Amino acid sequence: MNIIVCIKQVPDTTQVRINPETNTLIREGVQSIINPFDMYAIEEGVRLKERFGGKTTVITMGPPQAEAALREAISLGCDDAVLVSDRAFAGSDTLATGYTLSMTIKKIKDFDIIVCGKQASDGDTAQVGPGIAAHLDIAQVTCVRKIDEFKDNQLTVERMTEEGFEIIKTRLPCLMTVVKEINSPRIPSLKGKMRAKSAVIPTWKGKDIEAQEEHLGLIGSPTQVVKIFTPPPRPKGQIFEGDAEDSASKLVGILKGIL
Amino acid sequence: MIDYLLTEEQVMIRDLCRQITEEKIKPVAAEYDKTGEFPWDVLKVIAQSDLFGVYIEEQYGGMGGGVMELCIATEEFSKGCGGIALGYSATALGTYPIILFGTEEQKKKYLPPIAKGEKLAAFGLTEPAAGSDASAIQTTAKKEGDHYILNGTKHFISNGGDAEIYTIIAMTDKSKGPRGASLFVVEKGTPGFTFGKKEDKMGIRASSTRELVFTDCKIPKENLLGKEGMGFIAAMRTFDQSRPGIGAQAVGIAQGALDAAVQYARERKQFGKAISTFQGIQWMLADMATQVEAARALVYASAREVDAGKKDVGKDSAMAKLFASDVAMKVSTDAVQIFGGYGYMREYPVEKFMRDAKITQIYEGTNQIQRNIIGLALIKDSAKK
Repeated sequence: MNIIVCIKQVPDTTQVRINPETNTLIREGVQSIINPFDMYAIEEGVRLKERFGGKTTVITMGPPQAEAALREAISLGCDDAVLVSDRAFAGSDTLATGYTLSMTIKKIKDFDIIVCGKQASDGDTAQVGPGIAAHLDIAQVTCVRKIDEFKDNQLTVERMTEEGFEIIKTRLPCLMTVVKEINSPRIPSLKGKMRAKSAVIPTWKGKDIEAQEEHLGLIGSPTQVVKIFTPPPRPKGQIFEGDAEDSASKLVGILKGIL
Repeated sequence: MIDYLLTEEQVMIRDLCRQITEEKIKPVAAEYDKTGEFPWDVLKVIAQSDLFGVYIEEQYGGMGGGVMELCIATEEFSKGCGGIALGYSATALGTYPIILFGTEEQKKKYLPPIAKGEKLAAFGLTEPAAGSDASAIQTTAKKEGDHYILNGTKHFISNGGDAEIYTIIAMTDKSKGPRGASLFVVEKGTPGFTFGKKEDKMGIRASSTRELVFTDCKIPKENLLGKEGMGFIAAMRTFDQSRPGIGAQAVGIAQGALDAAVQYARERKQFGKAISTFQGIQWMLADMATQVEAARALVYASAREVDAGKKDVGKDSAMAKLFASDVAMKVSTDAVQIFGGYGYMREYPVEKFMRDAKITQIYEGTNQIQRNIIGLALIKDSAKK
């Protein structure tokens, strides 16, 4: 079973602040980390390989420094890595990103399962995973919390919903996005870290993956960001002191005023 | 911290151990201290991270490092919990006799599962009547055909009961005194090998300390390490190698206590100011930090000396163990003092550092025995001149 894990390097959200004038992220001095949801994807990708054999390839689309995220993934047990990086990718929205990654996966060719984190902690869209599956025209299961079994080329998984969970059977190849309930990511191994240090990670550009320019980067991105703003802080709540009857009638008065 | 010019690999080991300590040891240290249970879950993480093999040769599944790598790992784990760190380093103590005196077959058989962390090891020398006087060993190993029959009791054995592989000192010829002692490998599960009382300790409570009982325990003669009669010398040479590890454990405990004290001094307010602004506290912290650094320098220097294959490392490794363990006791006691009343309470982590520190002055040769080793070496060296 060959597995591809898609990851994204994001700013460490525990350290991020917003510039109140420009409403943009202050990225200076903020460390880059692997998107936390993708850590579960890496772990599951490695566990799948350990359970069913095969190999796990990790890919990311991003600037050259995103290679560090791939090396970390190798230290956590992934076998190979590919960085997809090209100036032409700049400004990609989720549609263009999904396209670019799907073309990368087409070039890798040999895969059975694609694992993605549920969403990225910076954009929070949860669209890229499903986008890749759509571009590749393969089955997709989002929010997977458990992989039950793999039998007769069918994978049985549990998918989290707001009310509980669904059990889904899917044929391979398929794409799944995973939630944090699925596993507990391991700590890297020393051998993994050494392998990560010396691993040769190829960088593929747009032409390497035979991508069509009109689907890449800003040109290929229909999303328009009109305005980014920090929501105003919530006003302080009011507390009525005194006995319940008085407080209740005060509250009713205020509510009537609003209506 | 002084730059000890660690190799890239050593930095990798340190960082990985630091991550394990922060994420997996610190959150559970207080709980294991309370329950005294064996920290299998943490040791499994250490095993999965390939760290049990840092000091074992690559051909036996290790990473090919030495005592220095073992010290780096032990120090980092000890910053979080001296007890959990012992589960790790006591395995090294049990393994060193195999590394030093094992035949190719013995190494091939026992080292790979230890390097992978699948099996823990333990070293069995101490007996109820044989502590500092290791020559008073009562356990016997009688040769009968292709076997040895072991009888006797070892006590205070770290990793006792939880380890799979035990290196045991027993008398093959009592009439010869210390020259009649031999070293054996005994595997858990061997008929006649059972475990006695589990000790309820003051500190390092996450480690297991237990009695080993041998009752007509029959082991194949291939389990003899080295030659008959060299058990006592083998034990001493093992300690020469392992003492820097105890020093590293002590340095880790001391550093953990110091870090906690510095942080607390910055937070704790008295007389309207953080107590870290008082010179009295600053001077205490300065002395503590200086002592920890001096101890670390001595431990690393002696570890590197052992790895470089220097002969007669006994005195230097005794100095490292002696100095570092005394520093751990002093620094952890001062850390409790800086915490004041809170420091005496179980709710805060420093009293545990103080309890854990105490054993480093006692085991693998009391600090009085270390002074004997150093003193005798000085006199011997002087007589040679």
